[in-house]
Amino acid sequence: MKSAVTNLTSSIISRLSTGEIFGMRRDLFLKRYGITMVLLLMVVGVSIFSPTFRTTRNLLSVLEQISVNGVLALGMVFVITSGEIDLSIGSMLALTGVIIGQVLTATESMFLAIVVSVIACAIFGFLNGFLVAKFKMFSFVVTLSTQLVIRGVGYVISQGKSMSLADPNFRKIGLGRIWGVIPNSVLILLGVAAIAYFLLHWTKFGRYIYAVGGNKQAALASGVNVFWTKVRAFMIMGIASGIAGVILTSRINAAQPNIGMGYETDAIAACVIGGASFAGGISTIPGTLVGIVIIGVIYNGMNLLQIDSYYQVIVKGLLIIGAVLLDMFLSRKRN
Amino acid sequence: MAHKFIFDCQHIDKSFGGTHALDDVEFHVKRGEVHALVGENGAGKSTLMKIIIGLYKADMGTMMFEEKPYEANSPAHAIQMGIAMIHQELNPEPHLTIAEHIFLNREDTIGKTPILNKKLTNQKAQEILDKFNFPYNAKTLMGELTLAQVQMIEIIKAVSSDAKLIIMDEPTSSLDNEETDRLFNTIRDLKKEGVAIIYISHRIEEIYEICDYVSVLRDGRYVGSGSVKDVTRADLISMMVGRKVDNIFPKIDVPIGDVALKVEGLTGNGFTDINFEVHRGEILGISGLVGSGRSETLRAIFGLDPKESGKIFLEGQEIEIDSPFDAVKNGIAMVNEDRKNFGLCLFRSIRENISLSNLWRDQQGLYLHVNKEKKEVGSVSEILRVKAASIEDEAYSLSGGNQQKVVLSKWIMANPKVLLLDEPTRGIDVGAKAEIHSLMCEFASKGMAIVMVSSELPEIMGMSDRILVYHEGRINGEVTREEILSGKATQETILAREFGEKVAEEAL
Repeated sequence: MKSAVTNLTSSIISRLSTGEIFGMRRDLFLKRYGITMVLLLMVVGVSIFSPTFRTTRNLLSVLEQISVNGVLALGMVFVITSGEIDLSIGSMLALTGVIIGQVLTATESMFLAIVVSVIACAIFGFLNGFLVAKFKMFSFVVTLSTQLVIRGVGYVISQGKSMSLADPNFRKIGLGRIWGVIPNSVLILLGVAAIAYFLLHWTKFGRYIYAVGGNKQAALASGVNVFWTKVRAFMIMGIASGIAGVILTSRINAAQPNIGMGYETDAIAACVIGGASFAGGISTIPGTLVGIVIIGVIYNGMNLLQIDSYYQVIVKGLLIIGAVLLDMFLSRKRN
Repeated sequence: MAHKFIFDCQHIDKSFGGTHALDDVEFHVKRGEVHALVGENGAGKSTLMKIIIGLYKADMGTMMFEEKPYEANSPAHAIQMGIAMIHQELNPEPHLTIAEHIFLNREDTIGKTPILNKKLTNQKAQEILDKFNFPYNAKTLMGELTLAQVQMIEIIKAVSSDAKLIIMDEPTSSLDNEETDRLFNTIRDLKKEGVAIIYISHRIEEIYEICDYVSVLRDGRYVGSGSVKDVTRADLISMMVGRKVDNIFPKIDVPIGDVALKVEGLTGNGFTDINFEVHRGEILGISGLVGSGRSETLRAIFGLDPKESGKIFLEGQEIEIDSPFDAVKNGIAMVNEDRKNFGLCLFRSIRENISLSNLWRDQQGLYLHVNKEKKEVGSVSEILRVKAASIEDEAYSLSGGNQQKVVLSKWIMANPKVLLLDEPTRGIDVGAKAEIHSLMCEFASKGMAIVMVSSELPEIMGMSDRILVYHEGRINGEVTREEILSGKATQETILAREFGEKVAEEAL
């Protein structure tokens, strides 16, 4: 008996150190599915310690909670893959809310409110991309500045005041459920994920994003239009911010110019945990989705395990560092 | 015997991967001597200098400096021991003052505290500047100086740190005549004080003007040396070449067609008034020393660098090229000399790299037809014999030769009218080299016009139908394949033109 256990252990160890896993070379397997394994381990771990976690109700609520950050991360992955960063998305959430408040009150048209606010975010996304691509400014600096501009615009439009929303239908976007089971916001997240997957993996534009982020000079020397590729990546980020802003505004059922602070952190974290390289050129949409879910599970799991919310922030920070280290370790052959 | 040399090295060997950069090299410099070190591109001059100043470590060999065994771990260490190098590319920190720059890393402090004694530093710097008749205040910022002045400061800095041997790499490459004269006067002054100088230059006239002794390297080997008075120009050039043009080149003669690309009065950064034509089926070689404007010409034609003036015609039609995309659309392709930075996205797959330049044309509609892409990329990479387990492998996992074939595949898939090749076989092994050469012939036979820049004279001579020889940004003569085959044009005559020898106007 004892020898059987020893044999099993040693065979697992030898498999992990050299052999194959499910018919795939170990290093390739870990590179592609390593972070998914981490997610599975987390899910199993939390399930063991908290029976509540594995209820359908709770799992659906995890998905509902991650929908805003999920949509943001799905936009952010375009920007990060192109080798840039966008810190202005928190302000865009606020701007969306404020515009919805104004348009909804003035016209009572939910459709118009949503379209106008998303277009406004796309325009600011264009501005970010234009400044970065045209003048070769660092996106960190550009978006650090435009986040102030965008938030300021939100304050100006709203005169700094919150405004509660009267339309009962609008609430349903963020809080309603189809057949009383599937949250609308989760469907929106899945829809955005499908579009993002198509754009990044199945279009020329997606290919150019990878090329521009992977090696800007080589992309240029291959005849790729680097300027428009970057501008479009930022516009997609803007549109995603608009959509996320609609969900968020619907949930709090009010137009507030001061919401959205710090949302960029979770979006960037989801991308990085999901395997996106900060140097650009490396990422996948499925990986990003895993990153989004991991962050959701961390929050939810820690709540269920009754970990102090102050500690949760620390854990999240450490996890990002851990994810980056893991990624460097798994792909160390590249250097 | 040995004692009269201030610097003496023997049996220096250095390899990088499979390339033998230096092979049993010896080199000695006497006290107070200006010693020219010459050789073709890639002869091993910079490698040897980098070993001397401690950027590389020799695999074998001994060095003696001032009769003591010498080995530097870093340039700073070399300066400490008395050897300084003035680089060709000067990158001063523009916000430092002259005084701060000269005394960088050996600042004066107040007593034993870490507080800087700026007054003393400035005073000492000013004394040195005055001694060299340098007409500036020591508090002037480095960023306000011209290149020639920065170079002078570098020399002053070297001398002030007690350098006994100063290495100057192409010191006159960015100086005008007057500045060059001033530099030569300084060199003569240094000589009087017993400072030895290793003078690396591509300009033969200068060697005869300022140097006492000359050593020649060729293909990483020491060829010989002698007093400048005893060595003629012809001797010097034949010492530098001497490689045989073997018949290893698969060049085949194909019918030359109409003019494909014509360049008229092209002027830009590094080249002036370039005029040439290249025909369908022709391989046009561009030969010249590194920095003579060869690559810059190709980059400007391809739209990677801006042009100042000049016209480009494709099949008789004038075309505007402002970006590489314009060039690609018109059917001009370019393989860059810098494969890692301008050729490949290393962490993306072979498939993505090859199709990158071709998606705009081969893929209609929003949806990417990956199966079509796989088929097209697969067939072109097969024709070019890219060796990889799968076209899904990432580019970084390939050897240099296979990476280059991926870059070539990318452009061949576009079926260009004109193919610009900048150092197409640099850094790849002999087998892949030969394959790329025969591919070039294949492309030419299909009617492609090829322009090739290469630093290897045998390659240029073995592959080209016609050769343009560049000297300092201008075309200094043209050589035909007949002249090469008949022995009328040799490596010596081509190299002489690269070094600026005037073309004898033959009366016909």
